[in-house]
Amino acid sequence: MSDLTLDETVLADSAPLPPAGLRHPRLPRWAPAALAVGAIVVAAAIGLAAGLGNKVQWGLIAGVLFMAALYGVTAFVEGRRQAKDRLATSLVWACFLLAVVPLVSLIWETVDRGTKVLDGRFLSHSMAGVLTIGPGGGVYHAIIGTLEQVGLATAIAAPIGLLTAVYLVEYGRGRLAKAVTFFVDVMTGIPSIVAGLFILSFWIIMLDFGYSGFAGSMALAILMMPVVVRSTEEMLKLVPNELREASLALGVPKWRTILKVVLPTAIGGIATGVMLAVARIAGETAPIVLLVFGSQVINTDPFNGAQSSLPYYIYEQWAAGNAASYDRAWAAALVLIAFVMILNLVARGIARWKAPKSGR
Amino acid sequence: MAKRIDVSGLSAYYGSHKAIDDISMTVEPRSVTAFIGPSGCGKSTFLRTLNRMHEVTPGGRVEGKVLLDEENLYGTGVDPVSVRRVVGMVFQRPNPFPTMSIYDNVAAGIRLNGGRVRKSELDGIVEKSLKGANLWNEVKDRLDKPGAGLSGGQQQRLCIARAIAVEPQVLLMDEPCSALDPISTLAIEDLIGELKERFTIVIVTHNMQQAARVSDRTAFFNLAGVGQPGKLIEIDDTERIFSNPSVQATEDYISGRFG
Repeated sequence: MSDLTLDETVLADSAPLPPAGLRHPRLPRWAPAALAVGAIVVAAAIGLAAGLGNKVQWGLIAGVLFMAALYGVTAFVEGRRQAKDRLATSLVWACFLLAVVPLVSLIWETVDRGTKVLDGRFLSHSMAGVLTIGPGGGVYHAIIGTLEQVGLATAIAAPIGLLTAVYLVEYGRGRLAKAVTFFVDVMTGIPSIVAGLFILSFWIIMLDFGYSGFAGSMALAILMMPVVVRSTEEMLKLVPNELREASLALGVPKWRTILKVVLPTAIGGIATGVMLAVARIAGETAPIVLLVFGSQVINTDPFNGAQSSLPYYIYEQWAAGNAASYDRAWAAALVLIAFVMILNLVARGIARWKAPKSGR
Repeated sequence: MAKRIDVSGLSAYYGSHKAIDDISMTVEPRSVTAFIGPSGCGKSTFLRTLNRMHEVTPGGRVEGKVLLDEENLYGTGVDPVSVRRVVGMVFQRPNPFPTMSIYDNVAAGIRLNGGRVRKSELDGIVEKSLKGANLWNEVKDRLDKPGAGLSGGQQQRLCIARAIAVEPQVLLMDEPCSALDPISTLAIEDLIGELKERFTIVIVTHNMQQAARVSDRTAFFNLAGVGQPGKLIEIDDTERIFSNPSVQATEDYISGRFG
């Protein structure tokens, strides 16, 4: 009985909220759009009146006008908090557009210029016997080179990186782990040309091996390793400790727990990390120039002799400096972008396919 | 198959911090022993020393003896991995392996231990374990579905099935019902009653009614203050602990008069 009266008093106190205090005047939904149109019109007028030839200037004026007007109108009608909210929202949108414009224009430009000579012939022929000033030739030798060099680099860097990350997360305690973490951080900052010079002095000058795709792969592996370590480390840290304990409590040895429980749980993220690292090194030019030397002909043996690669091919064709080679450079750039994009899509596919299933 | 546990003079540390101090007790085979006590009094730590899970925590170490039918778990040359095969554990939050199906979860203990078992034999073990955990009827048509898709109570019973599939001698349960609703809790409690025919069961619980319902013997733990190590205050038959405990602190805790 006493409970009941208590409930009633609570209800009586809280139920009749003053509706007037919760309602505020709102701008109509079309107001921001109308303001945007107005700002553009005014900016165009100012631009014409002042004789500004550059359309970017018009756009900047329109943007500033729009934000100022939106802030003023909102502050007047809806209050200062909503005005700040709208200002922050428009700033975020402006930054988003600023980030997207270069990306879209890059893809647009590459597709526009790259498709000119991109066809089956271009993909299946090398530059052997083709004059750089004339049309023809293709990118086949460079694709072979990139696939082999990146493949070898991944074969070197992915296992080492993965094992390092497993050590750091599952076993590493004390000084050694701290030192490894520190050096991985340092490695992340190594410029690609430095990695190239290191392999050049060590492998080609000191040990006296010739130029080869494999020399390039070693430099690429140096660049790839810290990225793999870092991303794998983060993914392993995300695996709940409860799963490790559950497995250990079943009497499963630690190494099997890592192999059969921890790694499978994190494999989607690890694969994504490795693929992103591959995408990062696929575009490296400097080590290739130093170590693989570049070539016009098909060389399928990455351990002997000079090879080409997509970034090197682009650089080489651009340096040739005539209309036909420019076309080839753009087409190769498009191939490289497509290669990286396919890798990313594959990584996402693997991540989704391997993600722990909820089953609901 | 169930074994007796004899603990004598056991202290556990996290680094330099002493978590439990000088605990001695006997856990009878084929019975349920409940640990009760306030948070931080070392119940869970003590439970984890019974299958050497305590040392998985960085800095965790133990002094004293735990005899499992005359064999010291902390003797020289004892492999913690083989200890854990004999003393199984169920955790507070259900933790089925998210990458595995219901079937694989139950079979995990056998498969991950590298046992080469024929498929038909494994099928039998999985069915027996799931029946033992009262889950068979609910999941027999979807054994290949992910274990994470079950409800919380079903997941916890799946974890129990996983633990009993490797045929341990002792089953440790660390607040197995604290994340579950009353109906699932009842299912687990019934299950504990059945499992004690085959295993020695030790259960940590914050729920005193639960301790009174499921256990044969109850141990009360307490700590002198924050940062002080937890101590065993008394262990006795559950009925006695809840009706006429010999220590005043136990009675205060059970009746809610403390602090």
